[in-house]
This record gives sequence, C-alpha cells and structure tokens, in this order.
Amino acid sequence: MHVLPYLVAAYVFLTGCYGLATSRNLIHAVGCLAVCQSSTYVLLLAVGYRDGGTAPVFSDIKPGSRPVVDPVVQALTLTDIVVGATVTALLLALVLQIAKRHGTVDPDELRELRG
Amino acid sequence: MNRLRLALLAVGGAGLAALLVAACLDLPGFGGRSHPYGTRAVHASLTRHTANTIASVNFDQRAYDTLGEMSIMFAAVLGCVVLLRQARDEHREQPQPAEVARPVRRYALIVLPVALVTGLYVIAHGQLSPGGGFQGGVVAATALHLLYLGADYRALERVRPLTVFETSDALAVSAYLMLGLAGVLGGTAFLANTLLPYGTFNTLSSGGAVPLLNAAIGIEVASAVVVLLANFLDQAVEIEEEHGS
Repeated sequence: MHVLPYLVAAYVFLTGCYGLATSRNLIHAVGCLAVCQSSTYVLLLAVGYRDGGTAPVFSDIKPGSRPVVDPVVQALTLTDIVVGATVTALLLALVLQIAKRHGTVDPDELRELRG
Repeated sequence: MNRLRLALLAVGGAGLAALLVAACLDLPGFGGRSHPYGTRAVHASLTRHTANTIASVNFDQRAYDTLGEMSIMFAAVLGCVVLLRQARDEHREQPQPAEVARPVRRYALIVLPVALVTGLYVIAHGQLSPGGGFQGGVVAATALHLLYLGADYRALERVRPLTVFETSDALAVSAYLMLGLAGVLGGTAFLANTLLPYGTFNTLSSGGAVPLLNAAIGIEVASAVVVLLANFLDQAVEIEEEHGS
C-alpha cells in the first residue's frame, strides 16, 4: 500500500476537524487543533521518506554511503512544530481570558460581545 | 439545531475526505527514490561543511524563512504576555509552599543540572548532530522548571528573573537580524552564509554562520518558553480575582 501513510494523515486531519466542529469546550477545541496540526507532520514526513533511508545527518555516516530521507520536509516539520506550539500557547491564553471575562469555556454560550 | 449542524458537518467532511483521498492517490509513492529538493539540499549542506543537513536547511538555505518563524514565535509570546498580565480587578497573592514528596524532590534536583546541560549541548551541536536551537532551547527552559516540581514556586522565581529572560528573548531576535545584516554590510546578501569561513567538516566551528544563527535561536526559544510558562504559572499560582467585585 503506497498511499497508506498519506491516508493516515488525512484521517488524523479529519478526526481533528470533527473534534473542532463538535467541541463543547474551548480547551478541548485547542487540543483538536493540535491534532489537525499533527496530521501535517505525518504528511510531511511521509512525503520525505525514502526506502532504506536514514537521518540526513552526516556526523557519523559517510556522505553518499546510504540513502537519506528528504531533509527539506524535515525542516518544514520543525517549523510546523514551533509555530504550532506558540499558536497553541496564544490560544490557551485567549481561552483563559474568555474564562475570566465570561465565566464559561463553552463556545455555544459565548453569544454576546463584551468589552 | 444540533442535528442539522451534525448533518452539515457530515456532508462537508465527506466532501473533504473525498478530495483528500483523491489528492493522496496523486502524490508520489511512499518511500520513492526521487527527491530532487532533498538531493540538492544535501549537496548544498555538504559543500558548506554542515553535517546536520536540517540545520543547514533552516539556518542557511532557508534562513529567511526561519526569521519569519522566529518572528511568529516572538509575536505569540508577546501576545501571551499581554493577554495574561494582571488585570485591574486582580491582585497577587503570595503562594504557600507545599509539601513535596521526598523521591520527587531528590529526582528533580538530580535531573535538573543534567537536563540543563543536555539542552545547552543540543543547542551547541545543532550543526553536527540531530537537534539544534529549537529543540535544545525547549529542553533547557523546561529543565529550570524541575525546580518548581522539586522545590517550590519561590525557588523557581529566584533562578528565573523574568526581565532578564524577556530582554534576552528580544536581544536574540535582534542578534539574528544583525547576523543577517552583517552579510549585507560584508558585500553579500541578507542572511547569506558566505561571510564566515566554513571551517572543518564535522567540528564545532563548521558551517559558517549556521552555529551563530543556531545559538541565537536557542537563546530565543529558551527565553520565550521560560517567559510563556512564567505567565501561565503566575495565573495559576499567584494571581487571584478580587473578592466581592
């Protein structure tokens, strides 16, 4: 099955989307967003995999002696993780403020705008 | 209402799933041989004497992107600090030290220096071995917080002067920009890795500007994580809502 890893990424993404849409708790929603994001890690790493490949680090293997996996998508995954972590922190800070100002973290109960 | 919403979600989700599967079928096969960008990136990394190709991609070939990533991180931390600051109807309360189980205390205090050194090691060897500023920064910053687990919040606050970490966060971002500008002043392009000698392959000083940019990122990430966790911990431990308001 040569598309299975990609399908896993799609499945993880859709699971996260389902959780986001049906979430009754903002902290849970932030967690679901993190699930959606982790599907992109699976996709990127699956795209970069090469049969029999090892890590693209040449401190202990001789250059050219073994196939290495694609370093570009690994770097992209790293970017993804860092941005994901900081955005999660920012969203959690927002949830904290909402919980303080409105006394609830259920998105359905947040109807009116308040200063 | 709720049923309608679920039905809408099912329709949209099925459509999205169909599109994603169609896209997956068109992707190059898993584990294939052809990786044109990867091959070129490895080649470029080896010509610039950087053993860790990922560090070379991040701090040399795509250093400009990393600048953007770092700005996102800086902005997000700034946003958190603003959102989590003490509001007018809140006051600070001195946290009471709690009893820590002896094995937890012992383990935390033994592991703390080890974790801290590991973090700094990972930052310093970013151009050689897997890891780098991002990962090492997180390890070093979280190592400090073992003090919170092993001792108490006051002890953590003593080793973590917040203004110092906020300043070093900003300074690290500026250092990254300055290193980029140094290239412009030296007659090459912004963030181009051509100013410094590439050094001997597989030694600490290899890779030209890569170790320096890596160190800047390491300091930024470590300070940012400390500042972030400090603000969240303040909310949990110190800041209390004013009663009767």
